[in-house]
Amino acid sequence: MILPQFEIQIVASLVAIACAIIGVFLVLRKMSLISDAISHSILLGIVLGFFITHDLNSPVLILFAALVGVLTVVLVEFIQKTKLVKEDTAIGLVFPALFSIGIILISTNASDIHLDIDAVLLGELAFAPFDRFIVMDYDLGPKSVWIMGGILLIIVVSLFLFYKELKVTTFDPGLSAVLGISPILIHYGLMSISSITIVGAFDAVGAILVVAFIIVPASTAYLITDNLRKMLIYSVAFGVISAILGYWLAFILDASIAGAMTAVLGLIFILVYLIAPKHGFLSNLSLQKRQAKEVKMLTLLLHLNSLNDGIENEEREIKHLYRHFRWTKKQANSILKFAEENGMIEIDKELIFLTNKGKEFSAKAIDYIITNRDDKIEGMKNEFMLFRG
Amino acid sequence: MDIFEYISLIFTDYTIRNISLGTGALGAICGVLGSFAVLRKESLLGDAISHAALPGIVLAFMITQAKDNYVLLIGAIISGLIGTLLISGIVTNTRLKKDAALGIVLSVFFGFGMLLLTFIQKNPDATQAGLDKYLFGQAATLMENDVKLLSIVLGLSLLVLLMFWKELKVALFDSDYAKSIGIKTRFLDSLISFFIVLAIVLGLQTVGVVLMSAMLLAPAAAARQWTNRLYVMLIIAAILGVISGVVGTAVSTTYNNLSTGPVIVVIAILIVIISFLFSPKRGLLMRQILFIRSRKKIEQTKVLLLMYNIAKTHDDVGHPHSNKILNNFQGIGKNVLKSLENQGWIKVNEGMWLMTEKGFNYAEELNKGITL
Repeated sequence: MILPQFEIQIVASLVAIACAIIGVFLVLRKMSLISDAISHSILLGIVLGFFITHDLNSPVLILFAALVGVLTVVLVEFIQKTKLVKEDTAIGLVFPALFSIGIILISTNASDIHLDIDAVLLGELAFAPFDRFIVMDYDLGPKSVWIMGGILLIIVVSLFLFYKELKVTTFDPGLSAVLGISPILIHYGLMSISSITIVGAFDAVGAILVVAFIIVPASTAYLITDNLRKMLIYSVAFGVISAILGYWLAFILDASIAGAMTAVLGLIFILVYLIAPKHGFLSNLSLQKRQAKEVKMLTLLLHLNSLNDGIENEEREIKHLYRHFRWTKKQANSILKFAEENGMIEIDKELIFLTNKGKEFSAKAIDYIITNRDDKIEGMKNEFMLFRG
Repeated sequence: MDIFEYISLIFTDYTIRNISLGTGALGAICGVLGSFAVLRKESLLGDAISHAALPGIVLAFMITQAKDNYVLLIGAIISGLIGTLLISGIVTNTRLKKDAALGIVLSVFFGFGMLLLTFIQKNPDATQAGLDKYLFGQAATLMENDVKLLSIVLGLSLLVLLMFWKELKVALFDSDYAKSIGIKTRFLDSLISFFIVLAIVLGLQTVGVVLMSAMLLAPAAAARQWTNRLYVMLIIAAILGVISGVVGTAVSTTYNNLSTGPVIVVIAILIVIISFLFSPKRGLLMRQILFIRSRKKIEQTKVLLLMYNIAKTHDDVGHPHSNKILNNFQGIGKNVLKSLENQGWIKVNEGMWLMTEKGFNYAEELNKGITL
């Protein structure tokens, strides 16, 4: 591994860590698309900054971009407060407006200079090592390492200082106001830091990859944990793994680095989406299946419970189930097996009888259905998912 | 070129006519279908789908090697539909909310598209599929065939709306009720989603991926301010869409060097701002006027009741009192006294006021209402 390769991975990892931390809070606050809006509207800030300084490398550009980022949030919230449109519509109106104004300003005033919109949107990580930070003829490494490192430092310090405040305002704004923590203050703090991060990062990796690094790792982490601390750790881990794997994927395929990193992020998300133990697609599917089975078993038990001993034996026949419930033979067998395994029924010469446990269970279930009180079924909750939610 | 020259060119110049017709038709499609997106709270679907179309475009190009626009369009539609499916899959199967689902599909699909794009760019004899055109749109490339295609899609979507109008309306505003009376809401949802994806994909080459979302929702958001009826909203949205498209094209052609997409979007957003401010029922201006009016009304009532309480302690209701009495209790502006006099409730004369019979009776009624 040669030095520039190492440096690219360092820059990408710094971006990934910074974005992953911010992403956790944006995703939890259901505001993740604000990052998409900011990443586009900062174009206007860069253009305005350029008109003032006429220097593409000036830090004024970054300042203006960050300010326009915050302006985006303010405008979106202003429109939301008027209640004239739904909140997502507000986002969808603000950033295209600012972006359009930016493009129009470029095309009317700056057509002779090189302000490449493609590069703004797509970024080029491969160029990161060429822009060196040189102090008194001494090469201190790529500029973006310093910029992103500085931003990351701000993020980590504020995370440790305001962890409690962030946590409370994210999950219970009402409680936080009671505790004397202003949700609005924390909100704007978070928005400002997001804006600065997006500005700092998009210079290195482009607008779209910033959005991917903010939303995808945090969402992936959210699928596998309920704990904020763990979510932060997982999110950072997913981000860094994708950055490094993505870099090598791009290296092997000789393809776009940003594209490869997003592709890896996407792959990890899909994988977790499918197999996540509690909130994944497959576990959801099996949960639904089990619930369907339990509902069917319950119907069977209630049916048996309603029969009088001896007189209505034809209704106890297995064959009767096919007609009565319109179950197929296979379905009926699997449900009978399920009920037998749980000790709810006994089968005696093709006739189905409730066991004592089964009778108790159906009595409790009926009680629950009639009174709709939770305490009746406390004991059953562990055994049957049906009653859990 | 000035604006009159432009208008004459619409009738004589083949290219300019195509561009104007094309952007106009696109505006109408976006207005109509965007209304559904906005009302279904899916405003940002446009943003997500326009990005999600990229891998489809690139793959279609890689597989067929054809520069034929329609093949690329089909690719874009397929990948846009996969994106929509994935979004609803994520929302129904996990606890992630819609914003995260949209963001994931948007960024991952686009990144994947960029990855694929590098393979095309490496291939020396293949021309690029035109990422620039896709990113920012180029209305100038609208051909007669594109205009035809846009018109067909417009007609088709109107036809579908007419066919399922009642069902769509019920499903839109009360989907649970719609389900209960046997309307296939899932089918209708997919139908509308399909047409929205179609509109987005068609809009891409005109306004580009970033601005497509505004194109879709700005006319609808503006139209929403002027009416509470669905069909009126659709009609207004379509008209506003056409205006944004045609005026935007006119402005961008009149001033050289302006790209059409951003100008169309700026015009559309201006229309939204005007609607927000001046709509007669919901507008911010009207809201402010009503606010001031009701504040004035409250102040009037307050003063009138104060006078009533003073006047009722006297045998003669019309006994004159000094204005200063009122001022001892609170600062009272001359405007309030004047407006009360205009209503005929009091008479003001040289720093003195007296209550009329009419004013006293009115205040008595008011007082009853309040003390009750």
